[in-house]
Amino acid sequence: MDRRQLIFAGVALCGVAPRPADAASAELEGAVRDFTGGAVPRDGRVRLDVAPLVENGNTVPISVAVESPMTEADHVSAIAVFNTRNPQRDVAIFHFTPRSGRAAVSTRIRLATSQTLVAVARMSDGTYWTAQSAVIVTLAGCIEES
Amino acid sequence: MKRALLLLAAALAPCAGADDARRSGFDFMSPGTQAMQRDDMQNPGMLWAQDGEALWNAKAGARAIACAGCHGDAATSMRGVAARYPAFDAERGLPLTLGQRIETCRERHQGTTALAPESRALLSLEAFVAMQSRGLPIAPPDDPRLEPWRERGRQWFEKRIGQLNFSCAQCHADNAGQRLGGSVIPEAHPTGYPIYRLEWQDMGSLQRRLRGCMSGVRAEPFPLGSIEMTELELHLARRAAGMRIETPAVRP
Amino acid sequence: MARTLIDAPASAKRGDIVEIRMLIAHAMESGHRAGPNGNVLPRDIITRFSCRYDGDMVFSADLYPAIAANPYIAFRTRATESGTLVFTWEGDNGFAQTETRTITVT
Repeated sequence: MDRRQLIFAGVALCGVAPRPADAASAELEGAVRDFTGGAVPRDGRVRLDVAPLVENGNTVPISVAVESPMTEADHVSAIAVFNTRNPQRDVAIFHFTPRSGRAAVSTRIRLATSQTLVAVARMSDGTYWTAQSAVIVTLAGCIEES
Repeated sequence: MKRALLLLAAALAPCAGADDARRSGFDFMSPGTQAMQRDDMQNPGMLWAQDGEALWNAKAGARAIACAGCHGDAATSMRGVAARYPAFDAERGLPLTLGQRIETCRERHQGTTALAPESRALLSLEAFVAMQSRGLPIAPPDDPRLEPWRERGRQWFEKRIGQLNFSCAQCHADNAGQRLGGSVIPEAHPTGYPIYRLEWQDMGSLQRRLRGCMSGVRAEPFPLGSIEMTELELHLARRAAGMRIETPAVRP
Repeated sequence: MARTLIDAPASAKRGDIVEIRMLIAHAMESGHRAGPNGNVLPRDIITRFSCRYDGDMVFSADLYPAIAANPYIAFRTRATESGTLVFTWEGDNGFAQTETRTITVT
């Protein structure tokens, strides 16, 4: 067994195996494409806030917002959040209307390991914008059985 | 002589002041997790405390009486109670933890059947009752009857156990503030129990956490509700005397 | 009925953007975790949250297993007129819960 296999075997024993980088990026592209209908999002306009280092991956606070007048003519209709190394890419899709007032949402998510979060916003004019944030997840030092 | 002096110092300084070098687990947490504890709207432990309030007010048992039926408004009657547990129960001739006291009351005065340890209902009641002491200093009773169990608790804390052959003191006294893997080792003060632990994604008692610690050093954990657990709780409470209660706390 | 904590303002000025925060008790079993006997625990999560203001959809969310247990969501809405806010959670195994709050707008 080479070292890479050993590492993945060890991580798999912990319950959740993070995805190898090449398989994950193809899946991420697929998930984003599903959301945008094929359009390629441009960098910008989306603000994705997450701590750069978190002490436990089970409950990670995130906030995502897009500045927009939120009028009938010009608003954010949805923001999708994806991850790169959990068992599946999707995290959440938030849907807004002009009645939302502000396209801003906070929630708490799970991260299986250190990875990148990607947010993609769909605007009422059909354009897509994106931002990403890298998060380091530390593991508990003392492994216990719950 | 040294212990007498320490006890005297503890008696003279009931409130942990600015000179107190002891730090709660709260101080070792990241700002995001601290914010989760500080804001009752973000603190998942408050879901259990709310359940506890409902149970406090619900008629139960053969006598169909609620906790509120005898104790009235918990904010008044339960204020300071959690701060002085574990406490001696004369009828049993034993120290009881807060959870055991709640169970004893329910059986004796409400005529209910026992709640399972770590059950959602018992944790909710514990969280609600202990929350009424939030902000108050831990105040272990100056009760000589507790001393034999408290002393055994101190011995457990300092005894090497498990395949890794560590004592609680080696990590939590000698190496508190240092790192084990990616985590900082806290000082192991029971300032906020029951806690919402991110690792469990669940609420849990001090005894659940102690079982986790004991598995961590590959020792056979004491059973929930065992007298050894009470002994440890007694020692930990004295060690933390004067530190503020934070229940329901959030911990990683 | 899952326990909820809801922070929604009881009153607001017309046109103000108010923040609404919700916490609901739910294990959000991801479907990726192994149980004590080694078998994978089946997925059991809340899949959708929505907020309607006097019947109009204001905000909604599609949730996946990556949402943490005891989900917390904070979002905004514009206070337009006095009325009722209806919050709905739906999920696996027929999970469905509705809570309401009234808002007075002056």
